[in-house]
Amino acid sequence: MKKLTFGAFVAASTILTPLAAAAQTEIQFWHAFTGRLGELVAEQVETFNASQSDYTVTATHKGNYSETLNAGIAAFRAGEQPHILMVFEVGTATMMAAEGAIKPVYEVMADAGAEFDQSKYIGSVKGYYTAPDGNMLSLPFNSSTPVLWVNRDKLEEAGIDPDTDLSTWENVGAVLDELKTAGVDCPLTTAWQSWIHLENFSAYHDVPFATQANGFDGLDTELAFNGPAQVAHISAMGEWAQDGKFFYAGRRNEGGANFRSGECALFTESSAGYAGIKSEAQFDFDVRPLPYWEAVADEPQNTIIGGASLWALEGHEAEDYAGVAAFMNFLSSPEIQAKWHQDTGYLPITAEAGELTREQGFYDENPGTDVAVIQMTAKEPTDNSKGLRLGSFDQIRGIIDEELEAVWSGDKSAQEALDSAVERGNQLLRRFEQANG
Amino acid sequence: MHKRVTFKGWLLPLCLIAPQVFISAVFFFYPAGQAVWQSLFIPDPFGLSSQFVGLGNFEFLLSDPFYRASFLTTAIFSILVTLAAMVPALFLAVLADRLIKGAGTYRTLLIWPYAVAPAVAGVLWLFMFNTRVGVVAWYLGQLGYDWNHVLNGEEAMGLVVVASAWGRISYNFLFFFAGLQAIPRSVIEAAAIDGARFWRRFFTIVLPLLSPVTFFLLVVNVVYAFFETFGVIHTITSGGPQQSTTILVYKVFSDGFVGQDLGSSSAQSVILLVVVGLLTVIQFKYIERRVHY
Repeated sequence: MKKLTFGAFVAASTILTPLAAAAQTEIQFWHAFTGRLGELVAEQVETFNASQSDYTVTATHKGNYSETLNAGIAAFRAGEQPHILMVFEVGTATMMAAEGAIKPVYEVMADAGAEFDQSKYIGSVKGYYTAPDGNMLSLPFNSSTPVLWVNRDKLEEAGIDPDTDLSTWENVGAVLDELKTAGVDCPLTTAWQSWIHLENFSAYHDVPFATQANGFDGLDTELAFNGPAQVAHISAMGEWAQDGKFFYAGRRNEGGANFRSGECALFTESSAGYAGIKSEAQFDFDVRPLPYWEAVADEPQNTIIGGASLWALEGHEAEDYAGVAAFMNFLSSPEIQAKWHQDTGYLPITAEAGELTREQGFYDENPGTDVAVIQMTAKEPTDNSKGLRLGSFDQIRGIIDEELEAVWSGDKSAQEALDSAVERGNQLLRRFEQANG
Repeated sequence: MHKRVTFKGWLLPLCLIAPQVFISAVFFFYPAGQAVWQSLFIPDPFGLSSQFVGLGNFEFLLSDPFYRASFLTTAIFSILVTLAAMVPALFLAVLADRLIKGAGTYRTLLIWPYAVAPAVAGVLWLFMFNTRVGVVAWYLGQLGYDWNHVLNGEEAMGLVVVASAWGRISYNFLFFFAGLQAIPRSVIEAAAIDGARFWRRFFTIVLPLLSPVTFFLLVVNVVYAFFETFGVIHTITSGGPQQSTTILVYKVFSDGFVGQDLGSSSAQSVILLVVVGLLTVIQFKYIERRVHY
């Protein structure tokens, strides 16, 4: 037996040694980007591969966000998981709860002995992905935040000063009245209604979306977005929908087509809508901060992010993780981040990258592109504005979509709809707690 | 009465049915068994841990009024899809059967939609009825009808029914057409000589003789509406507005593959399996009696 093992060892070492010397360690990276974003990711990977000779990152597109997460989960079950998996922000709680399947980024960095200064990362970006003890669990990759897009030409046609103050919903409400009177068919539309009008709304007004610091402090969190602030906002939106001032186009970003074609005057959408709007809009447009209700808060808190982060998965060799650490540090470097931020409209993940972008004169040449950065970073995040960490959140968003549709169509009052969404969502949270407790 | 042809011995018949048994075992019994087994657990998505909950998943589902409501939605959807897929198909088949010139071209054209995948069909119909750029929505607007399936549940239901049934019309057409061709001309001619007009011949001779085909298509279309339509729902409405187009199979898909809740998703497939099984039994027991072979 001993002889056999020894023999096998000798055989293995003779076979493996020359290979190990010649081959680079391969790092598998699964992502969800196609089109222009896919090209930019491929470019980042090529730059990394060319910059050093120890590791080769292989990037693979695995479908949209949900499909990529599914592919990662299925691969893990089959023992074929990639080293790095891109997971959208709503999947964060699912990943966090999967102890034994994930390797937290701070651990990856520490084990590899890589330099990792967590304070370099922008608080409101990394906050979404940090543990209660302040350690980063995944590396933010693409992050955006909702802003207000304004069709200046449409306002002017309606006889409204395009520079009018739209920082509060009170002012927006008055402008919507004027637009409607002027005969505009679509005064306001939105993308991602739950993300913008409930999740970000709550953070921006510093009211809880869920208990236990929006789920950061424990799985026993309960939804709390049926509070008076949210009800007032959804109620107002519901009235606007009934009066034909708010046009509901769909659950995702269908409204973008209506805005880009010049039909709608105002549009609440992610800051990452920039590239599309800039290339298609045949009118003068503006980026403004997301409005807030003066009646609810004296001044706005920060908004929260949407997008995805990179998770390291368990089950690989130590030297592989050194490669993962090197790649993640490469992605966080100011030059790469600044380029990514300017190319895509996504937020920079480090303060240095933001400063570099400013030095390069990008914000001066493209006015409004820094609105999102300022809105995110103006204030230190509170428990209500760090982000959300809720299990089964993709499904909960589906429930919220259903209930909001009932408000827009006039079937339910805002209070009824939000109460029902909270009750239905809580059942899913309890199931998630049971599955992961 | 019956003349029976029987095999001698067991080996040959066993070999002959073995491929079918094997395929059923691998693609039906094994996965169905897995679904039943998994429906008793609440697992985490990564398969790291799993808790036995007995019938807990079923209790959770059946106590949810929204889940119960989706039974009614499914019933309405399935009846409408089956009708919308069969009635026009029969109508077209009868017309094509009367054609003398160019029948081949018509038949080929009518079969085309069947080659379109449900999800693609969904996107096509969505384009036509898109509230902003859709051709049909625009014409409806010209007629003074404000089409908005994004917020109007009944319009959304109508749209997914049409999109689901459209491709099936071709399939049903093929069977009806073949069925019509198989009806002996002499029977129809005899009726015609007796003075029966077209519709009378259709209802008293053609339809009864077509009943085996109709019955087969009824079963197959109901199964189709229950199981294979989620691609259409996914691309057109995602189950909305509110829950007006959330049919059972769509919920199986979204809870399992979007929500990562495999326990609930398995329990739902078991429920669906039982429902369709019962439906098929009922169809065979009560409707097949009226079928003349």
